[in-house]
Amino acid sequence: MAPRTLFDKVWDSHAVRVLENGQTQLFIGTHLIHEVTSPQAFGMLDDLGLGVRMPERTFATVDHIVPTDAREEPFADELADQMIKALRANCTRHGITYFDLHSGLQGIVHMVGPEQGITQPGSTIACGDSHTSTHGAFGAVAFGIGTSQVRDVLATQTLAMSKPKLRRIEVNGELGPGVYAKDVILHIIRTLGVNGGIGYAYEYAGEVFERMSMEQRMTVCNMSIEGGARCGYVNPDQTTFDYLEGRPYAPKGAEWDAAVQRWRALASESGARYDDVVVLDAAEIAPTVTWGINPGQAIAIGENVPHPDRVPAAERAGTLEALKHMKLTAGAPIQGTPIDVAFLGSCTNARLSDFREVASVLRDRRVAPGVKAIAVPGSTLVKEACEREGIDEILKRAGFEWRAAGCSMCLAMNPDKLEGDQLCASSSNRNFKGRQGSATGRTVLMSPVMVAAAAVTGVVSDARSVFGEATVSA
Amino acid sequence: MATLQPIAGIAGRAVAVPGDDIDTDRIIPARYLRCVTFDDLADGLFRDERFDDDGRSTSHPLDEPVRAGATVLVSGRNFGCGSSREHAPQAIRRAGFEAVVAGSFGEIFFGNATTLGLVCLALDDESLEAVQSAVQADPALELSISVADASITVADKTYPGELADAARTALLSGRYDPLAELLAGEEAVAAVAASLPYVAAGSGR
Repeated sequence: MAPRTLFDKVWDSHAVRVLENGQTQLFIGTHLIHEVTSPQAFGMLDDLGLGVRMPERTFATVDHIVPTDAREEPFADELADQMIKALRANCTRHGITYFDLHSGLQGIVHMVGPEQGITQPGSTIACGDSHTSTHGAFGAVAFGIGTSQVRDVLATQTLAMSKPKLRRIEVNGELGPGVYAKDVILHIIRTLGVNGGIGYAYEYAGEVFERMSMEQRMTVCNMSIEGGARCGYVNPDQTTFDYLEGRPYAPKGAEWDAAVQRWRALASESGARYDDVVVLDAAEIAPTVTWGINPGQAIAIGENVPHPDRVPAAERAGTLEALKHMKLTAGAPIQGTPIDVAFLGSCTNARLSDFREVASVLRDRRVAPGVKAIAVPGSTLVKEACEREGIDEILKRAGFEWRAAGCSMCLAMNPDKLEGDQLCASSSNRNFKGRQGSATGRTVLMSPVMVAAAAVTGVVSDARSVFGEATVSA
Repeated sequence: MATLQPIAGIAGRAVAVPGDDIDTDRIIPARYLRCVTFDDLADGLFRDERFDDDGRSTSHPLDEPVRAGATVLVSGRNFGCGSSREHAPQAIRRAGFEAVVAGSFGEIFFGNATTLGLVCLALDDESLEAVQSAVQADPALELSISVADASITVADKTYPGELADAARTALLSGRYDPLAELLAGEEAVAAVAASLPYVAAGSGR
């Protein structure tokens, strides 16, 4: 048999049949749900008199709307309160495992799946959230879906899907000091464009991804959708298996050994065919920040904001619009741009390793006067782990507010929001206009350590010079 | 399950909301997602572009009285990128639009929209610019989209576009909501489920 990719193997083993319009009916092994995109789907099931096909393969948590400070119910926001109650009732009624707010296991849905060992290599994972691509870090085929599709998965455990093309993105060489997984993915999106991945799944391969921890791989896969690719993955290896072993939903004993054997065989084989291959050099990747209103509008920290007269004609209008919204000067350095808010959080960068890195650079440093700094662990388990290690104390001493787990200011469906045209140095994934809760709010995306550097200096800064290269070398 | 009407074409007046990479947060800001039904979403459509911080109208094209009743939304490249929120096409649909014409579409948006019967036609840069200019110049202009030909006709000129085969077939046959067909595959679904160790073994716990 010709050498095959992981994507083909997973797709083929989950393909149920070909539908009349040529799409594939694809079996979804794991369905993750949350409070924002599921209530309407349950409503549709009720209207149609349908039940949940595989409640035992469906897992729920609450993340987008939860306040990260006052978590007592009822929530002050009546609409949010209605949403958590609806999720709870739907899960109870259909026998779905629900990691509730005070279960000790609640968190952003893309943190909970991996933490619990629900996210496994070779599985198909769908969730009504575009950052479902995160789970691809484990060698799963994982993608975001809309609410009608949530309904489809609830009712049938399948989706009507067109098979995407596959692009292998290889990054080889060594990352420099102070260059993190976040910089790698921002660099990729900057290089290939925010729409470069439309119609593709991304396979992240090469030395850089092979050396990365699972948490770093999750950061990369998380932002696949920001490059237009609905799904992105890394081939599973010993790093993957070591992360999963012993987790609550991971196979145990003899089943574990059998699973590892199967998972090893999933990796893309040498000589497999790709629709496209892109090769990048790790040495060319610098700490990267966004300057505009989409994640592809990014530059290395030492570069200047683009000048509309010096960009390709097709990008001119977009550049002007972004500069106007961001209130930045064309052609000026991004470094030194004053910030109002520093946000450490989101499904992109709110894992234990992110907070460890930040804590290691923040010792004895203080958040600059006038900057509001908040740190929001991605899950309750991350919060507890940070607290066991004293990371919360380091962050609080530095001037960060230490919050409970949730999506928080990444999308501001909860009380954490920007006000007016505040500029936020953010470890999240989207710098869209209005994304952080204020129509005129401004977002500069960067790695957590760069957020820490911006927080202590009060301006967008190069963490390597703020903390010293030796400190930031991972 | 209710049978859907085949969608062969869309005709009507249009409104242009120019710009590339218009993401679903802009189409419907997240605060409008605090709901358990889709019923009231039309109000939130492009809310932060249509009103300023003090709630005053910005005279956005969507609010021009001469555009009332438009059924076609014309925008730029990579329309509907970002969040998977179906609330975005739901809001567009509930505001009375039956088609979106753009340079290209975010993939999840395209799928969500098609399932609702909201036709998404992609045009090349040159055609899009021509259509956009014509729409902006004349609020009374009638456009006509052919799903079968994946094209749009404006003032006697037809521009060929792109509409993925699967979506085109589904719209033309009235099968753009796939649920009934998915349910009909149950026997094959059970066989695949049984063949997958991680599924057959239960949840592993």
